[in-house]
Amino acid sequence: MAKLARIELGDGEAESLSHEFDAILNYVGEVRDVTNDQQPTTNDYIVKNVLREDTNPHESSIYTEKILKQAPAREGNYIKVKKIL
Amino acid sequence: MTPQDLRSKDKDIHAFLEVFDDAKSYGQGPLSGKTIAIKDNMLMEGKRATAGSKILESFISPYDSTAIKKLKEAGAIIVGRTNMDEFAMGSSTENSAYGVTRNPHDRERVAGGSSGGSAAAVASGLCDMALGSDTGGSIRQPASFCGVVGLKPTYGRVSRYGLIAMASSLDQIGSFTKTVTGAELIYNVLKGQDPMDSTTITENTYPMKKKFSKIIGIPREFVESEGVSASVKKNFEGSVEKFKSLGYEIKDIELSHIKYSLAAYYIIMPAEVSSNLARFDGVKYGMHKDGKDSIDDFFQTRGSGFGKEVRRRIILGTYVLSSGYHDEYYGSAVKMKNLITEELKEVFKEVDLILTPTTPSPAWKMGEKSKDPLEMYLGDIFTVHANISGCPAVSLPSGLDGALPLGIELTAWLGREDNLFAAGKEFLGE
Repeated sequence: MAKLARIELGDGEAESLSHEFDAILNYVGEVRDVTNDQQPTTNDYIVKNVLREDTNPHESSIYTEKILKQAPAREGNYIKVKKIL
Repeated sequence: MTPQDLRSKDKDIHAFLEVFDDAKSYGQGPLSGKTIAIKDNMLMEGKRATAGSKILESFISPYDSTAIKKLKEAGAIIVGRTNMDEFAMGSSTENSAYGVTRNPHDRERVAGGSSGGSAAAVASGLCDMALGSDTGGSIRQPASFCGVVGLKPTYGRVSRYGLIAMASSLDQIGSFTKTVTGAELIYNVLKGQDPMDSTTITENTYPMKKKFSKIIGIPREFVESEGVSASVKKNFEGSVEKFKSLGYEIKDIELSHIKYSLAAYYIIMPAEVSSNLARFDGVKYGMHKDGKDSIDDFFQTRGSGFGKEVRRRIILGTYVLSSGYHDEYYGSAVKMKNLITEELKEVFKEVDLILTPTTPSPAWKMGEKSKDPLEMYLGDIFTVHANISGCPAVSLPSGLDGALPLGIELTAWLGREDNLFAAGKEFLGE
């Protein structure tokens, strides 16, 4: 799981986490037992997607410098990363 | 108060992560002259925003969040950034990468969390009001621990544009104030639809059909859950009597699913956390730790930039969303969320408000609960239903256990903050 989440764990951390997860999953598992025979319900209050037209863009490049300034490494107007392939 | 005074008064409490030297009023409005502190997960242009995490230690906000923009327009003086559990994950600020906030009523105890810095700042008179965010009780619980008013509005009432996300279907911005009148004042400034946050609601999303008739429901079985301390129970009964003497009708109500709110919460929240926090990769902004190749950069950055609780919740969320377990956990939790919301909808046809304690115990000693995550999680039992259903809720100071403040919580139906204000003002004699 830590691999999927791209997180490096310290020595012994995986083991202590797995003990904690047993307790937590056991507790949250009660939801599954109660909803087992329930059909998925719908109500009026479920969050729905709100879409807008893809129009009215802001003026080009007004945020570029502000945003790039936060990048750990840059080259010109690009964010720099290590070789991927 | 000058920034120097503020810093020196905050020395023993550590409510603030930064006191601004250039605090000023940006305009004239309903908050003119009011000093306001902001939780460190809200962006204010040109200021740091770390969310209590090392991974954002050097991050400078490139723009104003909508909430901050509205505060500025209303004339508020924003005095500084307050301490919080890392990425708002915790109930005590002990998970902050920058040290714990102490409870102003007892320095050996926690101020609550995750918005503990904001609660302690208002409680100790360091500012008039403060902003917090509430995903499972992160405004109401520290408000209760510190003896102030903590409001979580209806989901979608206040724009979250520029709020560092934790669990997007639950997060909401709200306030800490000394009075309910103050909470209403800042609420009226902050609320409103925002084109930058598509989840914001309008005044008509939840029509206000039902007239306020001073009827309060008490879910007896829930209130008497195991683990609720004797002082909390006694204080709660006293508060019920007070409402009766103010002319409120008290009704016992049955909510058979509400006790599962917490279990559903601890599935939905980590699931959304694992997804939201995927963006912290050491590439676009924030901390970067070098690994042996591109993918190892992610592992190193995230492994050392995130604290223990954040790592725990991301991995737990990754598990409940993983192939083969998704339906079993996340699917059931979403079903439960709907059942709870439907159940509350039925009950609110008969009552205006639901009354519970805010927390099962007063503030605990620092370190007391940090060993066992599940025990800490159980402290959210009375607050998470409001996030699961989206309903607005407020914590009101209701007395003391020795030196420690206790709180009661009123929950109203979606869109009915007006009922919280009406009853809250009467309860506090405003």
